[in-house]
Amino acid sequence: MTPLLTTKGLSRHFGGLRAVDGVDFALMPGEIRAIIGPNGAGKTTFVSLLSGRIRPSSGTIVFDGADITGMPAYRRVRLGVAYTFQITSVFANLTAFDNVALPVQRTLTDGRSKGQVRAGVMAALERTGLADRAGTLAAHLSYGHQRLLEVAMGLALKPRLLILDEPTQGLADSEIDNFIVLVREIAKSATVLLIEHNMPVVMDLADRITVFNSGKILAEGTPEQIRADVEVQDAYLGATHG
Amino acid sequence: MKDVSLAKTYALHIGIIALLFVLNFVLPDYHQGLFARIMTLAVFAMGYNLLFGYVGLLSLGHAMFFSAGLYGAGLTVYHLGWGVPEAFVAGVACGALLALVIGLLALRTSGVAFMIVTMMFAQVFYLLILYFAAWTGGDQGLVIQQTSRALNFGSTSFDLTNPTVRYMSALALFSVVLFITLAVVRSRFGRVLVAIRENEERTRMLGYDTVANKLAAVVLSGTICAAPGAAYALLFGYIGSSFASVQYSILPLLWVLLGGAATTLGPLIGTLFMYYVTDITSGFTSAYLLIVGVALILLVLFAPKGILGSIRQRWLGWLP
Repeated sequence: MTPLLTTKGLSRHFGGLRAVDGVDFALMPGEIRAIIGPNGAGKTTFVSLLSGRIRPSSGTIVFDGADITGMPAYRRVRLGVAYTFQITSVFANLTAFDNVALPVQRTLTDGRSKGQVRAGVMAALERTGLADRAGTLAAHLSYGHQRLLEVAMGLALKPRLLILDEPTQGLADSEIDNFIVLVREIAKSATVLLIEHNMPVVMDLADRITVFNSGKILAEGTPEQIRADVEVQDAYLGATHG
Repeated sequence: MKDVSLAKTYALHIGIIALLFVLNFVLPDYHQGLFARIMTLAVFAMGYNLLFGYVGLLSLGHAMFFSAGLYGAGLTVYHLGWGVPEAFVAGVACGALLALVIGLLALRTSGVAFMIVTMMFAQVFYLLILYFAAWTGGDQGLVIQQTSRALNFGSTSFDLTNPTVRYMSALALFSVVLFITLAVVRSRFGRVLVAIRENEERTRMLGYDTVANKLAAVVLSGTICAAPGAAYALLFGYIGSSFASVQYSILPLLWVLLGGAATTLGPLIGTLFMYYVTDITSGFTSAYLLIVGVALILLVLFAPKGILGSIRQRWLGWLP
């Protein structure tokens, strides 16, 4: 099977800091991949390079066989690379409906019928359990619901690769359980790449885990392999649990 | 719920137009003339509001779009002897073309830089009008003769210098642009524009080419602002460089802020309010600008969203 996404020697330097340093990475279609690592390991910079929010200093990114290294972010989104923000950035002054209508109306090809937009929006809101809050201003939603809305917007893009940057941050335990179910559901139709600090969530969800440290990939493997890896324990797991 | 507010919206807008129509027969001569002028300039404010209110782009150079329409229509009548409809179209086309060029250049910047760049371009436009005084009349301006300002439909001829014809022409332009604005802000394009205002980065990450959308908004805004410019030349018969000065770039901003940014009727209310405050106070004192200034400060303090914006916030959430 050919990978959906590969990077070769991908680097991004900020002045003297090598935030991402020569990363070779491959993502198989249909998998749920988690990226973990200590703060400042370069995880968010790495996915920002993938989504096109920032430009790499060197290296290449290939998505579905096409080189997208120099492609503007909005065109990558149209190819199917969707990114949900680490810091919730829903449109606070718009209703939940309008928030989701923005991605829905762009993916519709006929671009005319109002009914189709409505149907698409409600489908995405129902999948995330927000259907009864369609008319609420995003600013008036609880934090957990805003995070779900963020995911609903990502879903509405009909992505082939959905990048979730710390999606469970700030969620209550009960909300996290629902979230895990939701991500599994999403993974049936898309490849999921998530940055996550919550270890139980990572171990539960991920097919494979990539560990970042100092801008480089420290280890990669199944959750069992990562759990058993001594280096990883030193760099990360040990630090958080001990 | 959505349909109820839609019906209310149309009822309100049609009601306002009907009210303005009736006012033509009620108002004394002086106020009839003033209202024709206010409606024309309110269209200017509506074009400005589209960019400032809905996209959040603050331009300080919209006088150039207004005067592109003014000179595009006025000069073709004056020098080439064009008829009223052709001249109007020429004025609007000049505004659209200018907006496209300015948009392509100015949208490379954002925020304060965008304000400065648009202001500089408007100054260049203003100075060009003075420089080519041989054709434009420079700061003296040009007066378009009454005979050139007749609108012919077959055998019927409308004299645009007639107060009622002038009033109705201004009202027609106002109504058309009002419904264009309403349609745009309710459309998908309008939704994208508001999204850009709220969070451009997020909008880009939903797959929108935000620069292309902003360019479309600049062209639409510039075109709408050129229409009242062209109408002004044809209805009031005077074209002058003062309309291209920085004052006429600031005025639409004030009208929109007063009436309520990002409301469809705010520009009319703002223009109306400011015109009458100026008109009434200048009857009492030569320091009327001071009173206008105080009124502006009070509004910013107590109703920062403008007259209609505050009404929408407190009472009428459905207002577009």
